[in-house]
Amino acid sequence: MTRFILQRIGFGLLVLFLLSVFVFVLFYVSPSDPARIIAGDKATEALMAQIRANLGLDQPVLVQYFHFLGSLLRGDLGYSYRSSLPVADLVLQRIPVTMSLVSGAVVLWLAIGIPIGIASAKHPGSVRDRLGQGFAIVGISFPTFVLGMVVLYLLYFLPSKAGVNLFPPSGYVPLLEDPLQWAWHLLLPWTTLALVVAAVYARLTRGQMLEVLGQDYIRTARAKGLSERRITYVHAFRSAMPPLVTQLGIDIGLMLGGVIIIEQVFGLLGVGSLAVSSVAMQDRPVIIAIVLLGGVFVVVANLIVDTAYGMLDSRVRTAKK
Amino acid sequence: MSGPRRVALLTPKSAGRVAQNASDVELRSSMSLMWARLRRDPASIVSMLVIVLAVLFAICAPLVAAWTGHGPTEQFRDTGLTPEGMPVGPGGQFIFGTDQLGRDVLVRLAYGAQVSLLVGVAASIVASLIGVLIGTVSGFLGGIVDTILSRFTDLVMSVPFLLCAIALVSVAGPSLGLSIAVIVFFSWTGLARVVRGQVLALRHREFVEAARSLGASQWSIMFRDILPNLVVPIIVYTTLMIPSAIVFEATLSFLGLGIVPPTPSWGNMLADAANGSLYMYAWWLVVVPGAALLALTLSFNLLGDGLRDALDPSSSKGGKSA
Repeated sequence: MTRFILQRIGFGLLVLFLLSVFVFVLFYVSPSDPARIIAGDKATEALMAQIRANLGLDQPVLVQYFHFLGSLLRGDLGYSYRSSLPVADLVLQRIPVTMSLVSGAVVLWLAIGIPIGIASAKHPGSVRDRLGQGFAIVGISFPTFVLGMVVLYLLYFLPSKAGVNLFPPSGYVPLLEDPLQWAWHLLLPWTTLALVVAAVYARLTRGQMLEVLGQDYIRTARAKGLSERRITYVHAFRSAMPPLVTQLGIDIGLMLGGVIIIEQVFGLLGVGSLAVSSVAMQDRPVIIAIVLLGGVFVVVANLIVDTAYGMLDSRVRTAKK
Repeated sequence: MSGPRRVALLTPKSAGRVAQNASDVELRSSMSLMWARLRRDPASIVSMLVIVLAVLFAICAPLVAAWTGHGPTEQFRDTGLTPEGMPVGPGGQFIFGTDQLGRDVLVRLAYGAQVSLLVGVAASIVASLIGVLIGTVSGFLGGIVDTILSRFTDLVMSVPFLLCAIALVSVAGPSLGLSIAVIVFFSWTGLARVVRGQVLALRHREFVEAARSLGASQWSIMFRDILPNLVVPIIVYTTLMIPSAIVFEATLSFLGLGIVPPTPSWGNMLADAANGSLYMYAWWLVVVPGAALLALTLSFNLLGDGLRDALDPSSSKGGKSA
């Protein structure tokens, strides 16, 4: 088990290392000149040379990369080309918004997707199952930003045009300031994100439950006279869980990328919208920091899943080398 | 039906009779069987119809432009905008209304369909070729090759793809080719895993041993003996890859990182609608491209499911998510 976890950690570090090489090379070969971005269009050649020297851009590639890696390892992410503020501060500022968005959406999509999947699997072919599957396929096909705009139009714009303010249009209220307003402001983005992802879980849960419910030990449990509820939720669902946990790990890991769209549509100033605005302004250090943060997200989520998997399923502990 | 059928022992005498009757039995290829099953599924039929219509719509984009007399990037500041400078709603000269610059939404929708279908289909086919190649080689050769290729697949899968795509596009500048390349790069992994798993299960079967003992080369075994057995999952998976690729492209364009305006794509049409919350006033700017996008992705997903059920009747309907 320890060896397995260590292997996974090693792989995670490799991913992060390659990601750092990727962003470094990407911006190294980029035609745009950071000195020009910092100094503006009217800067003299001497000033730009000075800036390049300050940033270490006049040194050989490898030296530059090791400088870059060294400061990364010290936790120094550099300064934004645009606002000259420390990148770490800029990103950290945005994290609460993104975390609030992700955490609420995760709870909601599990709460929507899994019960639908279980209900579908209990009576395959029934009307309920068909409705569940219909929900799943529409959800999987719905592009997030289209759903977001439809939700905003129907639940915010139409009611407010009729004089009823059901939901706020956008914005973020910190959790500690006012928990109710926090949830109120995030309810529409949560729902949008959750509906799209829940579809995947409904499908996955249904497939897994169908497989498990057909097995002998379920029949044994029935023969023992256990209640249907206990069989479904305790006996069957437990065995159906591992693939769901894997999927959850993948989804949470990739969420930092996934929230970009939601933040954009709902005007939330999170990490995703920071990424988009930094791209528009060619603010390299910020983009690099966010891509690497995204990598850390994926690696950590995968690691947690692998550990959890080992606990859920004893075969993983022993079988894997 | 009519009780147990008499099974006659095959003797040299009766064999001749059987052979004669055999010509009455219609030989049906797996393709025609699949087609027969697919035709019984109304959802698949409707999906195919929608896809065919979308393809026709895309091909006929120049005709649509000629028929309406509006170019895809032509701005009608007099007729296409209200006196206040707002878009004109559907009806009259503009069937689907106009956008914020007074351009005809119908014509742009048709040209946008070209982009969506081109990117969706081309990216999926290329990604599927790469996935099949890597999956087959990795599963068949095993050993160090398998380890390297599998790790590489894991690696690509654990990259935050939308963030990397954004970083890449911000450096290289948005373009159609780059969109396709990015989508291909992040899409082949799933199929590679599926194919690898299947090849692992097949590579010690008798027919592979037989081919090997006949002196077939490794490449020949891989691509002539093993691969034809995997046509089913490959077709299903590729079909299901198309809608994701279409949404991926629309997402990139929506973020301003895909197709460069003024060339229309459904993604940047939706981005225009979202810009300054214009769609609150002009709902058709979301509804028209949004519905088109949803209809197309839904159709490909339904068709993919239908194909899977038709090609592999043992699978429970929608049992496993791809």
